[in-house]
Amino acid sequence: MFPRPIEKSSPAVRTGYQAFLPVALLLWLLPLIAIFLTSIRSAKDINSGNVFGWPSEFALVENYTAVFTQSAAAQYMLNSVLITVPTVAISVTLACLAGYALAIYRFRVALPLFFLFVAGNFIPFQILMVPVRDMSVQTGLYDTIAGQFLFHAAFQTGFCTLFMRNFIKALPFDLVESARIEGVAEWKIFWYVVMPLVRPAIAALAVLIFTFVWNDFFWANVLTQGESVKPITAGVRALNGQFVNNWHLVSAASLLAAVPPVAMFFLMQRHFITGLTLGAVK
Amino acid sequence: MSDAVHQPQAEPSWLSRNKLAIAPWVFLIPALFFFAIYVVIPIFASLRLSLYEWNGLYDASGNSTATWVGLNNYFKLWDDPNFWTSLRNNIAWLVLYMLAVPLGLFVALFLNQTVTGMRFYKSMFFFPFVISQVVVGLIFGWFYNPDFGVVGTVWKALFCEETKNIVGNVTFKCSRPAPDILSSPEWATYGIIAAGLWPQVAYCMILYLTGLNNVAADQIEAARLDGAKGWKMLWYVVVPQLKPATFIAIVVTVIGALRSFDMIAIMTQGGPFGSTNVLSHYMYEVAISEYGERYGYGSSVATVLFGIMLFFISYFLWRMYQDEKGGR
Repeated sequence: MFPRPIEKSSPAVRTGYQAFLPVALLLWLLPLIAIFLTSIRSAKDINSGNVFGWPSEFALVENYTAVFTQSAAAQYMLNSVLITVPTVAISVTLACLAGYALAIYRFRVALPLFFLFVAGNFIPFQILMVPVRDMSVQTGLYDTIAGQFLFHAAFQTGFCTLFMRNFIKALPFDLVESARIEGVAEWKIFWYVVMPLVRPAIAALAVLIFTFVWNDFFWANVLTQGESVKPITAGVRALNGQFVNNWHLVSAASLLAAVPPVAMFFLMQRHFITGLTLGAVK
Repeated sequence: MSDAVHQPQAEPSWLSRNKLAIAPWVFLIPALFFFAIYVVIPIFASLRLSLYEWNGLYDASGNSTATWVGLNNYFKLWDDPNFWTSLRNNIAWLVLYMLAVPLGLFVALFLNQTVTGMRFYKSMFFFPFVISQVVVGLIFGWFYNPDFGVVGTVWKALFCEETKNIVGNVTFKCSRPAPDILSSPEWATYGIIAAGLWPQVAYCMILYLTGLNNVAADQIEAARLDGAKGWKMLWYVVVPQLKPATFIAIVVTVIGALRSFDMIAIMTQGGPFGSTNVLSHYMYEVAISEYGERYGYGSSVATVLFGIMLFFISYFLWRMYQDEKGGR
């Protein structure tokens, strides 16, 4: 193990390390802690300049309720869910199919097609912006929920296919081979042999795509206009304009926007990290 | 051998004979269809559109009003100071964002211990990556605020004297005015990059933690017996083993740097005076601006960004291809 395990060091070093850990964490999360403390202050504190001292009163419930009653935050949150969930379902499904095809069959264009999905996943959004926006306007998908999740699903299919293909490729190929010798139909091999084995990959992809799409801001601006279909990220920006100088409300709204992906991360931490670090080890 | 064994009972159908050639396409078609419509075709549409001038409108019979201007948009770009500022900032992002890779490694080395509660610390250090960049932008926008942000407050504590005037209001007399980082054309970009490094370091850290988990223990022990330790051990024994993690960290950092949009849009909207623009944000600004849409010009900015990205993508794909050839 590197660095040398701290248990092998002198007690002084060990204690020092353990004492320093919380300090380091506090410094690392300082911006977040500061904004959380702001979000539970009252308007009075903010206006009198008491931003860092002990709050004169705690307004946690008041502030967070105010975000919902004084703005369309609830609508934004709902929109985010309505955009994110179908995106995850569609892109993961498509990627299971495509990843299986690219990993199991040997055909000439398998590798070029795989690289197409990989490359598509790295391109800048701006090169897609104008045509996708124009197409959405033409087909009536502009400023709708469906217009957003269809795009996200298509785009995320690139990353999901990359992930799935590599995951399936790492499975023992004998399983497929022996099923074929038994005469099992190809779709049955996919469904009964391979799918049960890729469940961890599906879980990892689901949390990752959920987080990516929930946190999207660019496409929310490009593909929507009205309040009724905006996701929370774009909504928070709108709130920022609406709650000028009401920093306690802006902070509360920002933190609320972060809750679902954070909850997702803490609940499914193992899958999340497996997904993100795929390829970091050989 | 008798003929009976080789003679099939009935000729198998074309479909079952070519089963293994057809099946992949059946599995691939839905994904390819979606991907072509929303990703592949729009790329070419954008490249083409960069040779046109278009405000996004259609005439009464449904034809696009775009007019062909050849390379004019690119000539205009060449003379556009905002374009050069954006490009320069993109380079600043690329270079400084790379700090996330070594910083991530050092945080990972710091946290690669097994004391109690380590899992908790690791996930809390990773936390900033999970939050949306919009929220990170808002947090830092406020963090940098010279009046009531963290920077302002720390500054007041260091350089200012609190005085009460006759009416009893508190005012501050400062020996030096607090820096307004995001309003300064020279510093704003660096302020945003620093904010962007926060989640990116977390990302690189998690990649390296996973990598460190898989470093061969026997090699470390062997090197230790040979007297290697500290920096030498890190550089000659550990870092070479972390190569896959480093590669992924560099890929995601390059892509992240060139994609930076959210934080700029939230923190400065490209200002003051366009000094924090990058190509991705400038493209959005010219394509969908308050002065009407300039799709053609925007597309030419996007094409330049795409070209830069393509350079990196080709390298990444080449590296992946080398790995594939080595594999099964």
